[in-house]
Amino acid sequence: MSVADVPVRQDLTARPPGLAARHFKSHSFVIWGILATLIGLGTLVALVSELWVDGGHRINWDFFWSFPSSNPEDAGILSAWVGSLLVILTTAFFAIPLGVLSGLYLEEYAPKNPITSVIEIAVNNLAGVPSIIFGLLALGLFVQGLALGQSILVAGLTLALLILPVIIVATREAVRSVPQEIRQAALSVGATKWQATQHHVLPYAMPGVVTGIIIGISRAIGETAPLILIGGLTFVAFLPITQPNQPLSYTIGEVDQLGSPIDPDAMERITVSNPATLSLPDGNVVELAAGQSMEVPSGTYVDTMSSWSDAIASWMPWSWSGQSFTVMPIQMFNWTSRPEAEFREAAAAAGLVLLAITLLLNGAAIWLRYRLRRSIKW
Amino acid sequence: MRKLLLGVAGAATAVTALAITAITLQPAPAEAQASRGAFTILIDGSSTVFPMSEAAAEGFQAQNQGRVRVTVGESGTGGGFRRFCRGETHISDASRPILAREMETCRAAGVSYVEIPVAFDGLTVVTHQSNPVRSMTVAELRSVWRAGSTINNWRQINPAFPDLRLSLFGPGTASGTFDYFTEAVNGTAKSQRTDYTPSEDDNVIVQGVATNPGGMGYFGLAYYEENQGRLNALAIDPGNGRPVGPSTETVANGTYQPLSRPIFIYVNAAALRRPQVQQFVQYYISNAGRIARETGYISLPANAYQTYAQRATQRQAGTAFGGRNEIGMTVTELLGRPLVLASGTAAPR
Repeated sequence: MSVADVPVRQDLTARPPGLAARHFKSHSFVIWGILATLIGLGTLVALVSELWVDGGHRINWDFFWSFPSSNPEDAGILSAWVGSLLVILTTAFFAIPLGVLSGLYLEEYAPKNPITSVIEIAVNNLAGVPSIIFGLLALGLFVQGLALGQSILVAGLTLALLILPVIIVATREAVRSVPQEIRQAALSVGATKWQATQHHVLPYAMPGVVTGIIIGISRAIGETAPLILIGGLTFVAFLPITQPNQPLSYTIGEVDQLGSPIDPDAMERITVSNPATLSLPDGNVVELAAGQSMEVPSGTYVDTMSSWSDAIASWMPWSWSGQSFTVMPIQMFNWTSRPEAEFREAAAAAGLVLLAITLLLNGAAIWLRYRLRRSIKW
Repeated sequence: MRKLLLGVAGAATAVTALAITAITLQPAPAEAQASRGAFTILIDGSSTVFPMSEAAAEGFQAQNQGRVRVTVGESGTGGGFRRFCRGETHISDASRPILAREMETCRAAGVSYVEIPVAFDGLTVVTHQSNPVRSMTVAELRSVWRAGSTINNWRQINPAFPDLRLSLFGPGTASGTFDYFTEAVNGTAKSQRTDYTPSEDDNVIVQGVATNPGGMGYFGLAYYEENQGRLNALAIDPGNGRPVGPSTETVANGTYQPLSRPIFIYVNAAALRRPQVQQFVQYYISNAGRIARETGYISLPANAYQTYAQRATQRQAGTAFGGRNEIGMTVTELLGRPLVLASGTAAPR
C-alpha cells in the first residue's frame, strides 16, 4: 500500500466523529469519581459529627483520669487507655521484629521453590482470616496450653499474630520495589548480601515498611472480638502499674489462678520497707514495722504501702505484662449496651478518643514516610 | 535439590525460632506475678448482672482503698459458668440458675458454690407506642414465639388485634434472658422460632421495636424504664384472666408472672474461706438492695438478704433449683428449699 492510498482528511479543523461522546465519557468519569469520594468522605464526616454531638461534651480531663463506674457521669477511660497502650506496646514488641525479618527473608533470601510458595500463599491468606479465629487460637495456645493466663502478654501476643501477616506483606512489597540495580551495584563493589540489605535495600524500603507497621497497629488498636474471647475484662478499676506510697497488697509464694498458695508448706523470709499488716493463713494477724523481717508461710497476705522500688518494679514489662486488662473497644462495647442513655454518651466520647488515636497514628505514618522518602537519594 | 533443602532448612529454622520464643515466654509472668499484685477477686458471667457486680466492685474497692481488687467480665451466663467450673473465677454472675450439665462440670472439677440471688428482674414484653394492644396471655405469647410458629401478623394472634405486620426482636441464643423467656413462655429452654432479629445488645432491640409499628421484643425491666417514652410494655395474663403489667411493685410482690426472675451470683465455696472474698460477698449482699434499685432491678426482701449473708458465712453450698430453670419462683419458696450440688439427687419436689 502506497502513501497515496491512505485517505487524507481534508478539513483538519473539523471535529472528528464521536468526539462529543468521548468527551462526555471522560467528564462523566470524573463526576462518578468525585461522587464516590464524596460518599465515602460524607459517611466519615457524618459518623464523626454524630459521635461529637453525642459524646463531645464528655471529653474532658476527668474522663481520661477516671476509672469506669456504675454511675455514668463518673465513668472514665483510665484503665481502658492504659490497657490499650500496654497491649499495643506488647504487640509492637513482638510483631515488628518478627514481621520485618520474615518479610525480608521471604523477599531477599528465600529460594524460589514450592515450599516458599506455600509459605507465601499461607501468609497472604492469614491476612484475611477473621480476627475471632486468632482469638480462638490464642485461647487454646496461650491461655490454656501455655497457661499464661488472661494477661496483657496474651492480649499482645494475640494481636501480634493478627497483624503479623499485614507487616510481612507490606515489608515484602516495600523490599520488592527497591530497584534491582541498587543491589547489583552494592554487590559489584564487594558488599556482602547483608551489607547490601542493611545499607541499601532496607533504608530504601523503610517508608513502605513503616506504613505497613502503622496500618497493622491501627488495626490492632480497634480489635475487640479476640480480646473478649481470651478474657479481656470490662470492669477494671486499677492500673497494672503503680506509684510510690499507694496501698499495696500481695500474697507470699506461688499462687494459682484464684490466689491460693500452690505449696502451703513453703516458707519465705520477707523484709518490708514500709509498715505492713500480715494476715497469716492460720488466721493470725501480725504487724511489722518498716525494715523488719519475718519468716512467713506461703499464702500470707501482706497489706502495706508501695515503696519507690515497688513502684519502679511495677513499671517493668515482666511485671505489668502478667496483669489482667481491659481495652478501649471493650469498654465502648459495654457502654453501648447499657440501658442508661448517659453511658452511650460515654461510649461516643470513647469512640472519638479511639478515632483520634487512629488518626494520630496514621498522621505519624504519613509524616515518617515523608521524612524517610526525603532522605532517599538515588 | 539443594534449593529445596535450603527451603526446608529455612522453614525448620523459622519453626524452631517460634518454638524458642514460645518456650522462653512460658515461665513468664501470669502465675508468679499474681502473687506480687494485690489479691484480685475475679468475677465473670452474665451481662444482665454485670451492672450490679460493677457497682458492688466499685463500692467495695472505694471502701478498702484498693487493698483488694475486683474485676468484672461479661462473657454471658453460660460462658461465665464454663470459666467458674474450671476454677478460673471466684464469682460467676448468672441471669438463670445453674443447669444440670454445668453442675456436673463443676462437680467433676471439684468446684462447689454458694448460690446467692441478688435481685429480681422483670422480663418485659414491649411493643411500638402506636400499637393499641395493652395485654397478652402467655398462650398468645407462646403462639407467637414457639419454635416453628408462622404467625406474621398481629391479627393472627387474636382477631381483636390490629392488622399489622409482626416483626420480632429478642436477645441472642447465648443469653440467660433468652433461656428464661423461652422456658417461661414456650415451656422448653432455648426452643423458639428462629425468624426474629437477635441481638446481644438490648439497645438494638429497643431501637428495633421503637421504629417498627408492628414490632414486638423482650428484655429486662431496666431497659424498659429507660425507654418508657418510646415503647409500650404489655401486661401479661398468666391464664387467669387478670393481666398484670411489669413494674417494681408487681415484680417484688410476685404478681407479675411468669416473667419475674431472680438473678444470681455463684461464689466458689472454697474461695469464701479467704477473708477478702468473704468480705466482698458480705458487702455485695448488704448493699444489694440499694444497688438493685440504682441499676433498675428489684430488691429481695430484707430477711432474704440476711439468710443469704448467713449462707455465705457458713459456706452452705448447693443450688435450690436442682439444675432446672424453674419459672415463677418466689423468694419465700426459694428460701425453704434444700440445697443440692448434684442434679438428680434430692431433686426438690
